[in-house]
Amino acid sequence: MDDTDELGTGGLGTGGARRRSHGPLEDPATAGGYGDHPRRVGFFTDTSVCIGCKACEVACKEWNAIPDDGLAFTGMSYDNTVGLGANTWRHVAFVEQPRRLGRQQAGLVTMDVPAETAAQARAREPRSLGMPAPGPPDGQVGTARDMDFRWLMASDVCKHCTEAACLDVCPTGSLFRTEFGTVVVQEDICNGCGYCVPACPYGVLGKRENDGRIWKCTLCYDRLGVGQEPACAKSCPTDSIQFGELDELRERASRRLGQLREAGVGSARLYGHDPRDGVGGTGAFFLLLDEPEVYGLPPDPVVTTRDLPSMWRHVAVAATALLAGVAAVAAWKERV
Amino acid sequence: MDLWERLGSWPVLRQLTGEDRTGRAAAVKSARSASLTARTATADRVVKSVCPYCAVGCAQNVYVDDEKVVQIEGDPDSPVSRGRLCPKGAASLQLTTGSGRVHTVLHRPPYAREWREIDLDTAMDMVADRVIATRRRTWEWESDGRRTARTMGIAALGGATLDNEENYLIKKLLTALGVVQIENQARVCHSSTVVGLGTSFGRGGATTFMQDLQHSDCVIIEGSNFAEAHPVGFQWVMEAKARGAVVIHVDPRFTRTSALADLHVPIRAGTDVAFLGAIINHVLANELYFREYVAHYTNAATIVGEDYRDTEDLDGLFSGFNPETRHYDVETWQYEGMSVVAAAGERDEEYDRRTGGGSSVRSAGRSEMHGGAGMPMRGTPLRDETMRHPRCVLQILKRHYARYTPEMVERVCGIPRDLFAEVCRHLTENSGPERTASFVYAVGWTQHSDGSQFIRAASILQLLLGNIGRPGGGIQALRGHASIQGSSDIPTLFNLLPGYIPMPHAHQHETLDEFVQADSPQKGYWAQMRAYTVSLLKAWWGPSARPDNDFRFDYLPRLTGSHSTYDTVMAQLDGTCKGYLLLGENPAVGSANAKMQRLAMANLDWLVVRDFRLIESATWWKDGPETETGELRTEDVATEVFFFPAAAHTEKDGSFTNTNRLVQWHHQAVGPPGDARSDLWFMYHLGRIIREKLAGSADPMDAPILDLTWDYPTEGRIAEPVAEAVLAEINGWNADGEPLSGYTELKDDGSTSCGCWIYCGVYADGVNQAARRRSAEEQDWIAAEWAWAWPANRRLLYNRASARPDGRPWSERKRLVWWDEDAGKWTGHDVPDFEPGKRPDYRPPEDAIGVEALAGTDPFIMQADGKGWLFAPAGVIDGPLPTHYEPQDSPVPNALYGRQRNPARMVYPHEHNRYHPSAGEPGASVYPYVVTTYRLTEQFTAGGMSRNTPYLAELQPEMFCEVSPELAAERGLEHGGWATIITARNAIEARVLVTQRMAPLRADGRVVHMIGLPFHWGPNGLSAGDAANELSSIILDPNSHIQEVKALSADIRPGRRPRGPALPELVRAYRRRAGITERTGTEV
Ligand code: SF4
Ligand code: SF4
Repeated sequence: MDDTDELGTGGLGTGGARRRSHGPLEDPATAGGYGDHPRRVGFFTDTSVCIGCKACEVACKEWNAIPDDGLAFTGMSYDNTVGLGANTWRHVAFVEQPRRLGRQQAGLVTMDVPAETAAQARAREPRSLGMPAPGPPDGQVGTARDMDFRWLMASDVCKHCTEAACLDVCPTGSLFRTEFGTVVVQEDICNGCGYCVPACPYGVLGKRENDGRIWKCTLCYDRLGVGQEPACAKSCPTDSIQFGELDELRERASRRLGQLREAGVGSARLYGHDPRDGVGGTGAFFLLLDEPEVYGLPPDPVVTTRDLPSMWRHVAVAATALLAGVAAVAAWKERV
Repeated sequence: MDLWERLGSWPVLRQLTGEDRTGRAAAVKSARSASLTARTATADRVVKSVCPYCAVGCAQNVYVDDEKVVQIEGDPDSPVSRGRLCPKGAASLQLTTGSGRVHTVLHRPPYAREWREIDLDTAMDMVADRVIATRRRTWEWESDGRRTARTMGIAALGGATLDNEENYLIKKLLTALGVVQIENQARVCHSSTVVGLGTSFGRGGATTFMQDLQHSDCVIIEGSNFAEAHPVGFQWVMEAKARGAVVIHVDPRFTRTSALADLHVPIRAGTDVAFLGAIINHVLANELYFREYVAHYTNAATIVGEDYRDTEDLDGLFSGFNPETRHYDVETWQYEGMSVVAAAGERDEEYDRRTGGGSSVRSAGRSEMHGGAGMPMRGTPLRDETMRHPRCVLQILKRHYARYTPEMVERVCGIPRDLFAEVCRHLTENSGPERTASFVYAVGWTQHSDGSQFIRAASILQLLLGNIGRPGGGIQALRGHASIQGSSDIPTLFNLLPGYIPMPHAHQHETLDEFVQADSPQKGYWAQMRAYTVSLLKAWWGPSARPDNDFRFDYLPRLTGSHSTYDTVMAQLDGTCKGYLLLGENPAVGSANAKMQRLAMANLDWLVVRDFRLIESATWWKDGPETETGELRTEDVATEVFFFPAAAHTEKDGSFTNTNRLVQWHHQAVGPPGDARSDLWFMYHLGRIIREKLAGSADPMDAPILDLTWDYPTEGRIAEPVAEAVLAEINGWNADGEPLSGYTELKDDGSTSCGCWIYCGVYADGVNQAARRRSAEEQDWIAAEWAWAWPANRRLLYNRASARPDGRPWSERKRLVWWDEDAGKWTGHDVPDFEPGKRPDYRPPEDAIGVEALAGTDPFIMQADGKGWLFAPAGVIDGPLPTHYEPQDSPVPNALYGRQRNPARMVYPHEHNRYHPSAGEPGASVYPYVVTTYRLTEQFTAGGMSRNTPYLAELQPEMFCEVSPELAAERGLEHGGWATIITARNAIEARVLVTQRMAPLRADGRVVHMIGLPFHWGPNGLSAGDAANELSSIILDPNSHIQEVKALSADIRPGRRPRGPALPELVRAYRRRAGITERTGTEV
């Protein structure tokens, strides 16, 4: 704990700078002033068993009474909710790729298209499927012989970063770190200023049009409080979304990675599990089957407030102004 | 909050006084955050329920607070679902409490332009009047001199989404009213399953249960998009995979299931018999079958009569075919030394002659009785235990499949030889004493003009490999409605009585004894058919059913041919059928040839629709596709329409039977809103009102309804019938009124009463066994104390076969049920599917009948010979062995035989039901592509439970078609743009999804492009679109009367479809171009 607990012992105004000059911050709840708190929890989303059913999206909406996100056909494979936002806190990405998954055989051999037709097709504007993955179909007509193919699905969610930029920039204290180590927007505090939106390296937060406030995954903070797992993890038919104590999840994830590598899925990797990464590791981390970009995830996320120690000064000013008050309260407390 | 508290909760203050010096955690926790709690924790009560969508049967916890449902989520105690739910199950809260439901009764008088609201009691009274009047007007005592005692003027459709108890009341009341045209979704979804599995093994349900998939060493999913359509059940495949099993998906499309499989094998839609036949050939030719299993447990050694001729001899026909009637005489398919007394699907020549022999007049679908029983057979067949006799089944099988070679697979199915070899290798390496492989299918196999034979082919293969009755083996039929298994068991189907007892025929059965004589075999459990039938008649007609009046057997209306839902459509079009009850089914979207469905309804006198919302089948008269094209004018439509809002699963007690015969009770959480009522309420009160109106009538046609036992207790403000009382009647009781504990207690002397013999035991000891919910964690993997499965709470059928003939397990690894010599009985993990004390070395005496006639080595106890049927001497009326025929509309010629299509299929020529020319015929190139239809995870069937549920609708908001980049190039289709798809029936538009998941195939030297179409959409609701079923035709499997919607030909072109009269004109122009006449495609 030596290099993780410095916030609790460090002085005001220096913590922000100091915490990044040291190694990983493993216990944000203690750092956040929760004395006797539960162990840090999170999600391990193992995309290698995701069937893209979107139960997580629906379970999340049902639990949190999130409005629907509009009905629009996108043509992005089976993804019609497009991405995370104020009204989609779990989002399932679908990636169609001409590429082999481990030892899987897709059996999809492309055909010879008559030269004339192929030429016609090539002459047309290539049209992207809109997916982050390579491989718009037009460009491939009649060219990709003996194609291997895979269809990747992955359920994305707020990462509940160890070092969360959204928290750092929130001027109202709406965004806060919970005793579980998760990051939550408090709907009774949020004033919709929106500073947090660009701060998030993953683009998780969004402003809800009709109410002006910012919304995102709470990791079912209300459920955690009563010892229930988050709605998405509970519903996931194949246990692609696993909820639990972060330490345990990380162990599970590395075991799973080993299994997959053994099974020939060389492209498998963990994402967000490493406390040494740019956001100090995430509370929601993933097992991916390709580069993060393929799923629309930043390859090397960095906490955007790394160079923003100025905000700590504001805190210090506020604190000084209030010292008298604090003393008074302390005295009053003693009388009680 | 006083001042101090307010001050103390001030974030900045807390930041400074507390440990959270950064002010981003404990210090800023808001009042709301601090007081936050979960509504699941504070709810007043948790009510145990079951998901109302598909037949996986996921358990739900319904949280009720202040008499409102506030949350629905998975119940972790369930051994089936382990607390998980798919998006549909997860959307149950919105389904049941959202704004998508209608809460008032609506009435549309004839010719009216709009609905009007009417009160529930008035509407009930009006419907009762309509039923009575139509019944009286159309009553038919006789047809051609045979007693029919029925009305052909009324029909009902729906039941698979309803509770077993509701199905029971529907069947009971309508049958007593003389209605025979009673059908449900099971007809259009899985009727082929009952035929295929029933004739092969003796019971028409999945042979295993989903959790057992985890023990499989190889899972072949074919004809099913398991992950997509049954997501929560798919966890057991993932479990198997995690334990090292090979998962193979054989499917025309690369789907969500393929994405998780080890091997995806693209196959041309509709060619599975060729593929499976070739595996059978591979297994036989290389002697890879499980010899000891095959020799003892199947009919491989049985000798077939001399007169049998195979498709090998007759170029794609079996002996006995009559081209005039398109019907097989099954006489020559019999075992030597044994005869089938009443062949399944026996067609009455006389009836055909009398009715003019229209090709649509066919068998009454008798094959389906084998869902609960074996074929009625007499005598002892000859066998050659060496299996070398040229006429023994094994040798016939070898000859029949000899031409199904890997080269043929490549030509017919478009599957490269090496890929095929790999499937063979995985499958055979994972079968045998130490290993087992399982097959999983769904409607990708059933919905073909020879769908029953697809399932037969898999049955043969699994028997040869010794995979039936063993852990990790079996054939898993995935059914898609919450109680579609239940609505087959307690059938709202025209040809069945509860427990797969056949409905009597007008011309075949005069008395109860003749009926039983004709339909029950002498051997096996089905020999007790008289007891089952008498007990049913006692349940329905109580004290009035006595031995001296044949237990009121003549109160049952009689069949005179096929009265399936598609025959009903024809009867509506020709004006015979005048009143129609739609009970949770939406044929205007979900049935083949949707336009014919609507035009048929436009010809009715009255129509009753019961649903959550105004589905297309309720509103076609005002805003349907035909009012748009001008083919119907609202003010000309005489049909009177009633809409009754239905209660949701959370608003009523009752049981669903899941896809593995598991009867699960769901408890009422809250009362239904407004005028919404359960179908139990609707049927009970409709019956009550009708009986009150008819009270005192001396007309003999009213006797069955007045003598009917119909005194169910009711409770509460709305007088809801007590569902458990109905379950108790289904279970049955003895002369003293005590609940029976199993069907072996049933008597044929009238001393027992039982509403459905296979469900006998579900209320044993007066306890609702279906409501048992002992947590999976407290039980072994069989979880025998979670709910109740028919028959006799067995989970894995035919499990005697999990032991060797001598009673020892085949292997330690695959141990399930075995003979315990010390205890002198069968024992094991599951309830043995065998007489508990019958020794493995028991051999029946010569003259034994019933169960005694089966040996200690006969695991298929419902079959008359106790064997699994490789060859079906009866029961499947289009051939004893599966044979590849092309779909009705196919751009590819049949490479295997001179017959293009199933010669015995049922054709329905009609101006709105034209067929396409097939390959080789002029005009075939007008419809050059293959369409296949399917489900998506995010939507449900005809959309009534999903398109108006925003959380589901937004996930798949629009109708789309899936095409390959190659086809897109060929036809100039633009990704994200629109396409119009055209057949001889209609044309639809869909958004274009170009994807490499739809690979074109090379078949018989040509490239075959496929077009994928989800079938969920229709013009109503939040998410609307054209229905895929506008394109399909009514062309039926002769056994099951199921329509072919998995493979048909079509054309596709870029752009939206025309509007108004231009739409039918486009369809006509195509027909003209293809030279289509009323005879096209109707050839034998
Ligand atoms: S993460 Fe789970 S619930 Fe979400 S789409 Fe994947 S399998 Fe379905
Ligand atoms: S629809 Fe089927 S798989 Fe989905 S939750 Fe309901 S029962 Fe389970």
